Amino acid sequence: MKQLMALCLALLAVVALPAASQAQNGPLRIEITEGTIEPMAYAVPDFVAETPGASQYAQQLARVVADDLSGTGLFREIPREAHISRVTSFEAPVQFADWRAINALVLLTGSVAEQGGRITVKFRVWDVFSGTELGQGMQFAATADGWRRLSHKVADQVYTRLTGESGYFDSRVVFVSESGPKDQRAKRLAIMDYDGANVQYLTDSRSIVLAPRFSPSGDRVLYTSYETGEPRIHVLNVGSVRSQILQNGGGVMSFAPRFSPDGSRVVYSVTSGSNTDIYLMELASGATRQLTFTPSIETAPSFSPDGSRIVFESDRSGTQQLYIMSAAGGEATRISFGQGRYGTPVWSPRGDLIAFTKQLSGRFHIGVMRTDGSEERLLTASPLDEGPTWAPNGRVIMFSRETLGAQGTSSLYSVDVAGRKLTRVRTPDGASDPAWGPLQ
Amino acid sequence: MHIFSKALILTAVLGLAACTNGGRFGNGAGDGYGSGANGGVSGGVLPGSANDPASPAYFNQTVGDRVFFAVDQSTLSAQAQATLDGQAQWLMTNNDYLAVIEGHADEQGTREYNIALGARRANATMEYLISKGIAPNRLRFVSYGKERPVEVCASEACYSKNRRAVTVISMGMGS
Repeated sequence: MKQLMALCLALLAVVALPAASQAQNGPLRIEITEGTIEPMAYAVPDFVAETPGASQYAQQLARVVADDLSGTGLFREIPREAHISRVTSFEAPVQFADWRAINALVLLTGSVAEQGGRITVKFRVWDVFSGTELGQGMQFAATADGWRRLSHKVADQVYTRLTGESGYFDSRVVFVSESGPKDQRAKRLAIMDYDGANVQYLTDSRSIVLAPRFSPSGDRVLYTSYETGEPRIHVLNVGSVRSQILQNGGGVMSFAPRFSPDGSRVVYSVTSGSNTDIYLMELASGATRQLTFTPSIETAPSFSPDGSRIVFESDRSGTQQLYIMSAAGGEATRISFGQGRYGTPVWSPRGDLIAFTKQLSGRFHIGVMRTDGSEERLLTASPLDEGPTWAPNGRVIMFSRETLGAQGTSSLYSVDVAGRKLTRVRTPDGASDPAWGPLQ
Repeated sequence: MHIFSKALILTAVLGLAACTNGGRFGNGAGDGYGSGANGGVSGGVLPGSANDPASPAYFNQTVGDRVFFAVDQSTLSAQAQATLDGQAQWLMTNNDYLAVIEGHADEQGTREYNIALGARRANATMEYLISKGIAPNRLRFVSYGKERPVEVCASEACYSKNRRAVTVISMGMGS
């Protein structure tokens, strides 16, 4: 397993290619807005295999890029059957007329070479109607088993050039893999690519494990385990796959941990008697500090991206609602005032929105609101949706959806912040409690 | 808006009704304690069987090892208190037993909140037993939130059985 974990780190030399023609940044751009968007049409023919060993990757690389781009809902692929031109050489001039004829606005061309177990991918992005290159060609290299990451790297570049924002495809998600019926469910921590590929298990299923959370750099994972009999916070080193209990000195039950944006502190809940409050720990010194002091349930804390504030849920008003306080504690301001109950708030990495789980009339929703509680929007509805996590660019949310009843299982879904595109994330078994890691 | 609030009230009322009606004592079937260990002997009470008042099986089945709660509540109903009076009496008599009170929630709540809610229920149960004279050092509690349901159907009949605090007894060390 250690070797598996290490493979992804072995890759990636990034090289800019010399301009193919008169390189210039065209005006082609899609704006990510909250209204309706006509997806931008693009074409991505199979990559050109430069060496015999690369032919197996030529099609797969292009397919993963297309899955990434089309999965955003911002882009629409022109099917390959409609293509007129075939791209047989990466360096040959592009036949723009053939791509204009099928109404592709954007063309992505690529090549792949394999040598000594390493594969190298080159790509260029073209503005079809102006006949110019968008940005510069680039190349990425990786060990062969990391080929999917190369596709995600290419797709992130295309996304950035067309939206002006950073992508999220070359990222991983830590989650709880689930098997067995609801009353005997086995849970273990797992990590995967954002699209559900390359699942690796981090713990066995001897103890209940819950709600893993990545550190900002993705090197550590906080989670809650019942290994000692009570829920306790553990921290796991992703590289060595070793974990230890986070000694917090407080009560016996501790849970709902999250890192601060600089990775130096952890905010979490401790239960003492009937009371659950929020605490903060400095990881270097182990010093802890109690941040809330009410007799109610305070849990699910999440830092603002600048680390200065914490959003959390509390039932001090009688039902679960969302509050914001300073990261030093003190007075908290309630921000949720709609009907129903609000929990599991998570601050967007862009700082603008807070994602939450809402319960209303026996239904569960994933929603977003501004940090002052205004402009609440519900993005999903089902008998049991919960636990949102943000993509590193703050444009997409992943969450768990559990189906009810004896045969009920949990799966992961993603949805964009406009609520346009709901996608099931394919995992080998049941899955819950996703936490999205950083862009790699 | 109006429909929503009515539906909420209705849900709450149903929840309360389901809690105060029936289904009071867990039947304890399948808990695997004692019963049948020396099966086949006729006449007399088998030590360790459910008919032996000093047995864990008797505690689980006859006294009742669990109490139930209304939706999002941790207050003990009159029936729950009656069950706990029986538990306290049993623990007083069988004072070499320790107990862990396990708090649980139904799946209709978010994961973290349900852990805290299960703790409230377990703590309310534990405090009640202490108020009836059980030494605090014989008791502790843990919450499983919604992680360990006993019923898996998606109706209030199941949810009401999952909103529970279960007193799990075990023989103590020495004393």
